[in-house]
Amino acid sequence: MNGPALVLVDQHDGALSSPTRELLTIAREVAPGQAPAAVWLGDAGELAMSELGAFGVGTVYVPEFGGTSPFVAAAAAEALAAVVEVAAPSVLFFSSTFENKEIAAVLAVRLGTGVLADGTGVRVDAAGTVIIEKTVFAGTWTSWCAVTGGTALIGLKAHATEPQEVAAATRPVVETVAVSFTPSASAVRVVERTERHAGGGRPELPEARIVVVGGRGTEGDFSLVEELADVLGAAVGATRVATDEGWIDHSAQIGQTGVTIAPKLYIGAGVSGAIHHRSGMQAAETIVAVNTDSDAPIFELADLGIVGDLNDVLPQASAELRRLRGE
Amino acid sequence: MRIVVCVKHVPDIQGERSFGADARVVRGEDDVLNELDENAVEAALVLAEEHGGEVVALTVGPDAAAGAVRKALQLGAGKAVHVSDARIVGADVIGTAVVLAAAIRKIGAAEPVDLVVTGMASLDGLTSMLPAALAACLDLPALTLAAEVSVTGTTVRVRRDVGEVGEVLEADLPALVSVTDQANEPRYPNFKGIMAAKKKPVEVLTLDDLGLDAGETGAAGARTRVVDAQIRPPRPQGQILIDSGDAGLALAAFIAERKFI
Repeated sequence: MNGPALVLVDQHDGALSSPTRELLTIAREVAPGQAPAAVWLGDAGELAMSELGAFGVGTVYVPEFGGTSPFVAAAAAEALAAVVEVAAPSVLFFSSTFENKEIAAVLAVRLGTGVLADGTGVRVDAAGTVIIEKTVFAGTWTSWCAVTGGTALIGLKAHATEPQEVAAATRPVVETVAVSFTPSASAVRVVERTERHAGGGRPELPEARIVVVGGRGTEGDFSLVEELADVLGAAVGATRVATDEGWIDHSAQIGQTGVTIAPKLYIGAGVSGAIHHRSGMQAAETIVAVNTDSDAPIFELADLGIVGDLNDVLPQASAELRRLRGE
Repeated sequence: MRIVVCVKHVPDIQGERSFGADARVVRGEDDVLNELDENAVEAALVLAEEHGGEVVALTVGPDAAAGAVRKALQLGAGKAVHVSDARIVGADVIGTAVVLAAAIRKIGAAEPVDLVVTGMASLDGLTSMLPAALAACLDLPALTLAAEVSVTGTTVRVRRDVGEVGEVLEADLPALVSVTDQANEPRYPNFKGIMAAKKKPVEVLTLDDLGLDAGETGAAGARTRVVDAQIRPPRPQGQILIDSGDAGLALAAFIAERKFI
């Protein structure tokens, strides 16, 4: 590979997001012998430096935004373009969130390079080309794609690999990068912005190892879903019906137009498994479904399907799990 | 206000979708208007109804893709532009954005375009990258993933919820907006609309009409390629339990055996 692999850092509350840890691990694998570089679109003072060092990062590039909002994709893309010019990476990895995908799309236009998103894994072929694997058509096909020239912009979903720290931590160097923003960077004005993180100390939905999902069958009462999620340290998700009904926040929606998840364990309670939902969860490793309707399509996917009432099954499972843990 | 709404013909998500031997998505007569573009058409029509003006539906794709703009005309768009050229086959998201941008510039050459509206994603690719790429090609501000959109004077404002963040964004026209499926409830075409659509003009353009050459789009201009595509084996049939009072215990045992606690 010519040039290091560069990773766009996402952080929550001063800690690297778990997809960022995965991307840093992959960055070392695709460019062996080169310390991965990182880029952070924020205040250098907030950086999780020791964690970046634990993943072997050499340089962290921090573009200077001045008065420009880093939350606008066009501005973030201009900042990244300036970093790409300085760092000359062979590949830029980003976690495949809506925000990052937009930034990458604008960056691809500006750099005249290719962009791929929503990868579930990567490999490098004999010629050194990074090839991503994608699950498409609601989990019925797998495709493999590559960027054909220039700095490859590659977005991967959470759980693309197991994060692995380096044996000897590095001391990353912070390099600030000056950016000459064009008027396009501030053409979008942020009038209001509020961040609402998952409540109750639960993990973020896209990154969670285990997700418990409530659908129409909850009839609006998510308490049993939340109880099981908390016993398992899981995130809580929902179907489109549940978010449309206002039973739970829109950000919990899993599916085609919501969050796409690929957890180790998915538990659907009162979820029928319409195609819109399946495309958002079919990549889960193990699928459990609880539904009163034995014809629900989700049972076709389930490793364990329980035809039963979630109001009976969920509390019994939660109590038994607590007992097994000796609580 | 002059609005261009971009629409796409995609394989029906309820049908069998597949890749061909050339690792490209199989497209055909059974394709439908991308469901999420119905929200874009609806948003464009509502804004045109509120502020006066015209909605132009735009698509890029093979002959059959005319079905996408025809549906938009039935719903109420005034006219349509269909860019169709064999040299576009194999375009990636950026290559598609380049063609759409050239077509919008051509539409705007006659009379300026105030707003470009798109859906949040196409249900075949689902990456949601096209709107941002298109805005970048046109150097327009991009207000994406709008759950609400309104225009006041020459300012467009959206409310959006993306991941854990809620935002209100604003820009001066001309601008690009992508709308989610939360933005509205799309109308259905009625008989009158279907009949009226037959008389509405559909302008068919080629790359030459747009002043583009093959190296800027299509397979020749693509900066990404699909190396391979394979159908996934169906998931093996799992275990189905009918609850007779202790299925919760079975669920806990299943979870414990797999070391999730």
